[in-house]
Amino acid sequence: MDPIHQFQIVNLFPLGKFGHAEIFFTNSAAFMVLAVVLLTGFLVIGTAGGRAVPGRLQSAAELTYEFVADMLRSTAGAEGMRFFPYVFTIFMFVLLLNMFGLIPFGFTVTSHIIITATLALLVFFTVLGYGLIRHGLHFFNLFVPKGVPVYILPMIVAIEILSFISRPISHSVRLFANMLAGHIALKVFAGFIILLGGALGAIGWVGGVLPFAMIVALTALEMLVAFLQAYVFAILTCIYLNDAIHPGH
Amino acid sequence: MSDGTRGKGERKEPPDDEAALSARLQRLGERLATANRPSENGSGPRQAADMSAFARGFRLSTELVAGVLVGAVIGWLLDRWLGISPWGLIVFLLLGFAAGVLNVMRAAGVVRQRSLND
Repeated sequence: MDPIHQFQIVNLFPLGKFGHAEIFFTNSAAFMVLAVVLLTGFLVIGTAGGRAVPGRLQSAAELTYEFVADMLRSTAGAEGMRFFPYVFTIFMFVLLLNMFGLIPFGFTVTSHIIITATLALLVFFTVLGYGLIRHGLHFFNLFVPKGVPVYILPMIVAIEILSFISRPISHSVRLFANMLAGHIALKVFAGFIILLGGALGAIGWVGGVLPFAMIVALTALEMLVAFLQAYVFAILTCIYLNDAIHPGH
Repeated sequence: MSDGTRGKGERKEPPDDEAALSARLQRLGERLATANRPSENGSGPRQAADMSAFARGFRLSTELVAGVLVGAVIGWLLDRWLGISPWGLIVFLLLGFAAGVLNVMRAAGVVRQRSLND
């Protein structure tokens, strides 16, 4: 009945010790491994044949490739394609983890901010590292907009830097909060059915049809949100990578 | 991606059909309107417009909150390290708010993306 219970991390078996802290293989890690295995299997099997007229699995694999490649090309240009494996991995990984959360008894890995923050920080440091390697100190021109009067420049630069630093926060919180809120809402509405039935008996169980209808609708909405948030996460990754590739000249 | 498929779909229609012609004209107007948007490459704002309203609203709110949060944390840390309380918090909270508003305007496509400043 506890709507938060679904997010509990369960230790499955110990992996070893790190200092005094024991490292466990958790249910979260299990779902991540499952996602990686499924994804790898999907792509390896899907592209194994390489027929001119693709079968079902091959065309699905090609569809996902085209989708991410289009997204990356339209945002970061042709040069952005060197980041294709990175963006593709992030998109498919997040999408699959979001979808796992919708399967009954599944676990929503992306509803933990540590996961989304790690992914967002990876993107952040990739942008920073690649930008610095590729453009050197010229990369910091990103923070100096053109055509700004000198007397307000320090303030503008400070604002731009803060805006840059705030990116991983909004990047990670968006995905995490969407998944968390959606799954709590589902559980709360499911709890209403039990509450109604327990309090009012037969009339309650009949009345429970209403929250049940709500759950059906919410599940469909959650499916949309799961896809949309994976898409948003990936497209923001593309936009940020675009800054690393072409900072303002 | 949508541009290519749309173009193909248009060509298939019979050109003499009056209804099809007006539909084509309307689509052309729409495409001109999107093409004439202030942001020339416009991919960020265009993609943002494709999102559902809920996701869009959520994105804008997190952008603002993230900016304010970063400003507040930096200001608070500076206060602790330099012992200039409360000036660091005051200044950086304001700057963070400005950064948050800038984030929101960028996300909404009101101002141009930073990388297009050249």
